[in-house]
Amino acid sequence: MSGLIAILKKNVRQYMMVIALAVAMISFGLLTDGIFFRPVNLTNLVLQNSYVLILAVGMLLCTLTGNVDLSVGSIVCFIGALCGVMMVDLQWNPYVAMLVALLVGALIGMWQGFWIAFVNVPPFIATLAGMLVFRGLGQVIMKGQTKAPFPREFQLISSGYIPDPFGGFAVGKLNFHVFTLLIGLLIVALITFSEIKKRKKQKEYDFDILPAGVWLGKVIFIATVLVAFTVVFAVYKGFPNILILLGILVIAYQFVASKTVQGRHIYALGGNRKAAELSGVKVRWVMFWIYTNMAILAAVAAMVFTARLNSATPKAGQNFEMDAIAACYVGGSAVSGGVGTIIGAVVGGLFIGVLNNGMSIIGISTDWQQAIKGFVLLAAVAFDLYSKSRSSKVS
Amino acid sequence: MPNESILLSMKHITKTFPGVKALDDVSLDVNECEIHALVGENGAGKSTLMKVLSGVYPYGTYDGDIYFQGKRCTFSSIRQSEQAGIVIIHQELALSPYLSIAENMFIGDERAKFNVINWDRTREDALKYMERVGLRENPNLPVNKLGVGKQQMVEIAKALAKNAKLLILDEPTSALNQKDSEHLLEILKELRDKSNISSVLISHKLNEVASVADSITILRDGKTIETLQVERAKDGSVSIGEERIIKGMVGREITDMFPKRNNPIGDVLFEIKDWTVLNPDNPERKKLDGVNIAVRSGEVVGLAGLVGAGRTELAMSVFGRAYGKSITGQTLIEGAAVDISTIPKAISHGVAYVPEDRKELGLVMIQNVKENTTIAKLKKISNMAVINEHDENKVAEDFCKRLNTKTPTILQMTGNLSGGNQQKVVLSKWLFTDPRVLILDEPTRGIDVGAKHEIYTIINSLAAQGMACILISSEMPEIIGMSDRIYVMSEGRITAELSGKTATQEEIMRNILNN
Repeated sequence: MSGLIAILKKNVRQYMMVIALAVAMISFGLLTDGIFFRPVNLTNLVLQNSYVLILAVGMLLCTLTGNVDLSVGSIVCFIGALCGVMMVDLQWNPYVAMLVALLVGALIGMWQGFWIAFVNVPPFIATLAGMLVFRGLGQVIMKGQTKAPFPREFQLISSGYIPDPFGGFAVGKLNFHVFTLLIGLLIVALITFSEIKKRKKQKEYDFDILPAGVWLGKVIFIATVLVAFTVVFAVYKGFPNILILLGILVIAYQFVASKTVQGRHIYALGGNRKAAELSGVKVRWVMFWIYTNMAILAAVAAMVFTARLNSATPKAGQNFEMDAIAACYVGGSAVSGGVGTIIGAVVGGLFIGVLNNGMSIIGISTDWQQAIKGFVLLAAVAFDLYSKSRSSKVS
Repeated sequence: MPNESILLSMKHITKTFPGVKALDDVSLDVNECEIHALVGENGAGKSTLMKVLSGVYPYGTYDGDIYFQGKRCTFSSIRQSEQAGIVIIHQELALSPYLSIAENMFIGDERAKFNVINWDRTREDALKYMERVGLRENPNLPVNKLGVGKQQMVEIAKALAKNAKLLILDEPTSALNQKDSEHLLEILKELRDKSNISSVLISHKLNEVASVADSITILRDGKTIETLQVERAKDGSVSIGEERIIKGMVGREITDMFPKRNNPIGDVLFEIKDWTVLNPDNPERKKLDGVNIAVRSGEVVGLAGLVGAGRTELAMSVFGRAYGKSITGQTLIEGAAVDISTIPKAISHGVAYVPEDRKELGLVMIQNVKENTTIAKLKKISNMAVINEHDENKVAEDFCKRLNTKTPTILQMTGNLSGGNQQKVVLSKWLFTDPRVLILDEPTRGIDVGAKHEIYTIINSLAAQGMACILISSEMPEIIGMSDRIYVMSEGRITAELSGKTATQEEIMRNILNN
């Protein structure tokens, strides 16, 4: 039992976040008489927050180094404007235009990464400059106009759903999206399998492990939640395209961060830059690629956002950087760097998204929503520091 | 002596840090109107003693009593000790570079009424104190426009402005040239004779100590060894010479603290030739000047010298140019020139550097034992950039066993380990890179005796495997006990090469000081 408490204490931050998310969702479910959990609302929740979550994935890597990227909101505006010029004004092939947008995103990232990594401009300053530059340039190329409408293929990024080659499956009044169900079940199977494998490894090395009952409960809980959400999506129109894109990004980045040499280098740099450098980590290049990657993801977010609105506007992307940064810190990143996970940032982003969505449904004004989000951020970080100072006193 | 009454008396001071007894029943008496020198090797406890005195380590965190001007002191902060009249001037000056001399002098004690600063009085008072230390400058000048010597004078003037009765100077002349040093010592004498201000002078420059001090207390291994009274004849000759002080400082005998090593020594494996490096903070000065070093396979070569002699800078500038500017010179492995001008290149050529400061430079304290062990050569346990967790766990477990690292599991954060075990993790990290040349910078600093002995044993076994080891240490018994050969460094140059078998501490000290 004491072992269990020790493990829970050690991971209190992670568990707290998931619990907080669950509590928030269930509370909104009750407060809205179930409207919150309706398939159409959950689909909306994903669509509304997808671009912030995509940004949060990249931002997490920045926060791991102890820094942030303030320019992403403006890059969203600039790339959106560029897409508008290419697809609306010039009538380019949307796929070619999307590729160009990604490349321009990469160039923007390299530009910022260059100043940060090789000229030692503090990231805060370099990206603050980027924030002003790209907002300005975005407005310049739009000449103050809104660009719309976008081609159908482009809009599908955000408004489309995955096809169902099996043609659906009707049970009574409900029509299930079979492909969605299959994907959902596959994911549940993969997660269960990896949990079993992980536990076996941990036993082999005599690490602290959860007691069998608790572990089983955890796996069953995760599986149940995932199955439930899959079913909810399956009875509506299936998984939205954007959810699949998001899922692939999260899994890929989680893999890179936790399993690869590059990921390890990022964490080492964030934990102690000098020690990492003396251990042969090419810290300048790591910084360069992190900021390049961030801008590429900002370009992805720009396309998702533009496709969803079906228009490019000069105000697009405002405060997105703040939402993404908040997602990372709410999700457990340390301000000093070196601590944080992709999954944590996504959970943090979802938590903020759920608050937004739930509060909108029960009719709290956006002004209040803003203030409440602020308090949540403050509380999350304060709790983090508090639990850290307590655990350090114990040991 | 004009007045023999005791100003400061520290009695039976004992201060322990986790795992280390930094001060063990140390007593120190400072008379009124005297310059009292405090000498000892690095780590002997001088700075710790002064931190106890000035309240950096508050009352209650040490054992023993302090009496100042006859009153028992229980300082809990620097502010309280300053109010009592004890002012410490640290090795690194604590001036705010862009503020003026006058502003610096009264920081925290501004000449103000209702929080509005009276600039006329500030300047007037500043001039008064500046005159006492012989500083003829405009009080409005920002201190970064002054040389180090004059900045030191600003510090002393600042101390006088606090009504100091006892000045503590921690290696005040280490950064000064000859002329500035002499001036500073003159000022100390003047303050003693004219203003009845006593000083405690911590210094490695024994010629200074012998020439200026009225009495000398020698510390060694956290204990008071002796206090010498210096008699000064009319012709300026003194009763205590440098030799006498050195004997007191290094007087301990080497027992079997250092395990024997009998492996054969091979051919020259690693060479550094004509290594010259400019100081990046002050590019007009050479930090290293034409250094030549050769290490054979299976050999442990010691680098002896005082702090600031350039030993760490030599190691770091060689290891991937992690230090320095305009580096010139050659590095050779087995007689062939090698390019180790970046850290990844150095690692791939089998050069490893275990840094002096393991918390700042050696470890990522918020990462676990496993992650710290493998970070310098993740390639070895990964396939297409994906880390093989199984191999990684095995590597970390193996090293813990091999070096006897005491940790609950390899997932323990290194920040939670003791100093000795942290050092073993750093060693693991570098051994994992399969080095042929291992540079160890103060590998036993701040760790207890048992772990020290273990580290020495590890170094011996590495040498026996044919590694070329360079050992940097400020502890002379360690250098003598561990090294086959010893290079003595002083002010960026090699001043002597001695055999480890026959070298004595006096000989090393002489070669350092005679420079």
